[in-house]
Amino acid sequence: MRIGDFRESYRHDEALFATPVARAWFAALLAALLLFPLVGSGYLVGLACVLGIHVIASAGLNIMTGYTGLISLGHAAFMGVGCYTAAYFAQRGLPFVLTLPLAGLFAAALGVVVGMPSLRIKGLYLAVATLAMQFLLVYVFREWDSVTGGVRGVNVPPAELLGVKLDTDQRMAWLIAACAVALLLAARNLFRTRVGRAFIAIRDKDISAEVLGIDLLRYKLAAFAIGSFYAGVAGALLAYYYRAMTPEYFTLQLSIFYLAAIIVGGLGSTLGSILGAVFMTLVPEALRAIVSFIAQWAPRAVEILSPIQQVVFGLLIIGFLVFEPHGLLEIWRRVRRFFHLWPFRA
Amino acid sequence: MNAGFDWIVLAEFSAIGLLSGGLLALIALGFVLIYKGTGVINFAMGEFMMLGAYFFYTAHVMWGLDLWLALPATLAAVALAAALVERAILRPLSGQPVISVLMATIGLASALHGGVDAVWGGRNYEMPTLLPRKPLIVGDILIPGQLLWSFLLAAVVITAFTLYFRYSRTGIAMRAAASDPTTAYVLGIDVRRTQRLTWVFAGLVGAVAGIVVASMTSLSPALGGAALGVLAVIILGGLDSIAGAIVAGLVIGLLESLTAGYLGGKVRDIVPYVVVLVILLVRPYGLFGTRQIERL
Amino acid sequence: MTAEAAPLLQVEDLHLAFGGIKALAGVSLAARAGQITAIIGPNGAGKTSLFNAISGFYKPQRGRVLFDGADISALGASRRAALGLARTFQNVALFRGMTVLDNIKLGGHTRLATNPLAAMWYLGGARREEMALRQEIEREVIDFLEIDHVRHQGVAALPYGLQKRVELARALAMRPRVLMLDEPVAGMNREETEDMARFILDIQEERGITVLLIEHDMGLVMDIANHVVVLNFGEVIGQGTPAEVRANPEVVRAYLGDTAVAAGAPAGAAA
Repeated sequence: MRIGDFRESYRHDEALFATPVARAWFAALLAALLLFPLVGSGYLVGLACVLGIHVIASAGLNIMTGYTGLISLGHAAFMGVGCYTAAYFAQRGLPFVLTLPLAGLFAAALGVVVGMPSLRIKGLYLAVATLAMQFLLVYVFREWDSVTGGVRGVNVPPAELLGVKLDTDQRMAWLIAACAVALLLAARNLFRTRVGRAFIAIRDKDISAEVLGIDLLRYKLAAFAIGSFYAGVAGALLAYYYRAMTPEYFTLQLSIFYLAAIIVGGLGSTLGSILGAVFMTLVPEALRAIVSFIAQWAPRAVEILSPIQQVVFGLLIIGFLVFEPHGLLEIWRRVRRFFHLWPFRA
Repeated sequence: MNAGFDWIVLAEFSAIGLLSGGLLALIALGFVLIYKGTGVINFAMGEFMMLGAYFFYTAHVMWGLDLWLALPATLAAVALAAALVERAILRPLSGQPVISVLMATIGLASALHGGVDAVWGGRNYEMPTLLPRKPLIVGDILIPGQLLWSFLLAAVVITAFTLYFRYSRTGIAMRAAASDPTTAYVLGIDVRRTQRLTWVFAGLVGAVAGIVVASMTSLSPALGGAALGVLAVIILGGLDSIAGAIVAGLVIGLLESLTAGYLGGKVRDIVPYVVVLVILLVRPYGLFGTRQIERL
Repeated sequence: MTAEAAPLLQVEDLHLAFGGIKALAGVSLAARAGQITAIIGPNGAGKTSLFNAISGFYKPQRGRVLFDGADISALGASRRAALGLARTFQNVALFRGMTVLDNIKLGGHTRLATNPLAAMWYLGGARREEMALRQEIEREVIDFLEIDHVRHQGVAALPYGLQKRVELARALAMRPRVLMLDEPVAGMNREETEDMARFILDIQEERGITVLLIEHDMGLVMDIANHVVVLNFGEVIGQGTPAEVRANPEVVRAYLGDTAVAAGAPAGAAA
């Protein structure tokens, strides 16, 4: 039960981790992220790496779509841009401290280009434009052999930090965790300032936002650019993790995956991005486990794993939209509220 | 370098393009119906096409039903599915912002696509030829029979729908409800029913288009993605214009055919998406779309 | 009365039509600096359209909008806000996804300078700005409008009267020179109306803000307005002090009909 939570200055009131408990939890999280790669099994550490990448991508999509209301069906394609950018520069010897931001910047620049014409009209058109971009970019990935290696894909040298090659899952897990923590804090900070508030204002009532002096186009482009930056970095981390990527990874289905993640997790919330990414990462694993279990009796069941995944993603999107539009975040908040007053009130 | 430009080839590509535009216009009609009726782009249109094609295949080929039994059975099944979709998904979301409904259709598309893939499997099925194959020969130009008949079929269906909306009581009620639901309620129009009808009609249109396309090519889950290319048609024509869908369908069909003929199939596949981006840059509301004025 | 203050906001011969519907048919008016100008008229007279044209949402077919003598007709809505033009809406236009405090902070948007990069880093410049804004808002707006008890609540759950006050707070946070209020007391009971009247008068007297107000509540208008403009069918049919307007037969006819004029019925019956 939480009592005695007094804020005695505005600075305290606005702090991210305002109570000692919150600070303790955050410290525990950081400790866990540090220790987990050392003690976790190979499978789990690998899963954690993929999860971290999903979290970063989801956070970026949430900034665009959840907070600002700009639907993007091309998030996977922007990850691809980041991935190939990082691969290109890594092959030419640039260190990851440069290729990661470069990947983000390239993706962000492309985001601005895509966003510019379509942000002056209704959100529907942006969705269609991003869909077009998704297909076009995959086409470019497949055909631009000289840069992307075409259909065969691209090989990426491992990231290097102070001479140490980050070529094991463990080491990549630390890199990914560090990036994720930094980017998530940055995302959260965004919404403690006028920039983030402007984004939410644009989503809720853009006319009111204009009347308050917010230049709609500028801020929509900024949201799009930032979201795409996150996608680009996530894509770059993918490149360094898998060390080999093909265009087949960055499909429309992946874009829908991330949309599902933020809807399930909670639109317009950084914590929601995390919850959604975790949930959506575990779903394919759970499905895989179920299908291999069923395969004992129906060996052909493995064939339908992929379509079943699609069905589950679709149903999750629809289910959460209809029954719990605020996502897992809302469920989490209900649980917390319950425990705030427990055991004095049911 | 050729001695002279091959006009015959150009004419043939053009004819083929224009005729294939018929089916594109038909699919676009499905999109326009839903946009006019509910203000949302239905990303699951391709999946309605899939349902129609797969249901028909099951009824006609797998169960051996007679063609003229399988067809109405399929249409009835798709109509039912569309009505269910409207009831279970769209109705609960009716107060929500367009973003939510849009994402619901995306989720629906994913679920339907996966469902069909899971039940029938991902391989190609051979659909029976439904349209006469006898080609039409005009001078040196050869026009495939199926294409010609698909165009005629699309023209008939589109005309029928347009007349229906223009002149029938239900059609007028649907237009009223789409334009101003509150006033329509006040006038005694059952707005919910018209919304459901809108989805049913869109489903039927999609089913017919799906059956035709599958019979001309083959039956596979890839059918679902065909409708995404039709987005170019409605963006070009205007999201809420049937006339726009027709004109734009012909234009895009022509464009795709010429691109396929002169630049190859892979380029042809991305033509619709390039068109979308160009139109949004130049004339976002399309040729015939109504400019949205926001009421403050 | 002191010497006539110069007009801070002027509208010259504004014509606004939507297709065949003429919302404004040649409206001219001036809001003098530091005064409360009320715009009244029957429903559909064009009052909100006038506000929307001044805000910059509608482009009039003819006419100009002048702010402090400068022609702002070519500026977009967001640029006009930066000049010091604030406004509230008829249907409370608060951001439902945010708390009261965040809504009000958005009023200060144009006076802050944090860019996205600085925002993401937060420590240093962004935090300083945010703290300064918070101080200022608490002192100047939240205390003044007595909404400190709800500042961390989401706006969606607030009672209507409080929502309207929060919207006013947000407009005040802009530190505007001209404040446009679209039906600020619509739907309020007597007590809430009196509170709002007190706030508006304080805004005018203590802060010297020029107020332009659309209202149907004649009691409020007659009590606090310095200057009243009457619109009907998109035209100005009378203007002057509240007393002058009340006696104007054109105005009476517009509100109460011809028989009322003939019978000498007093205009300005509370709506």
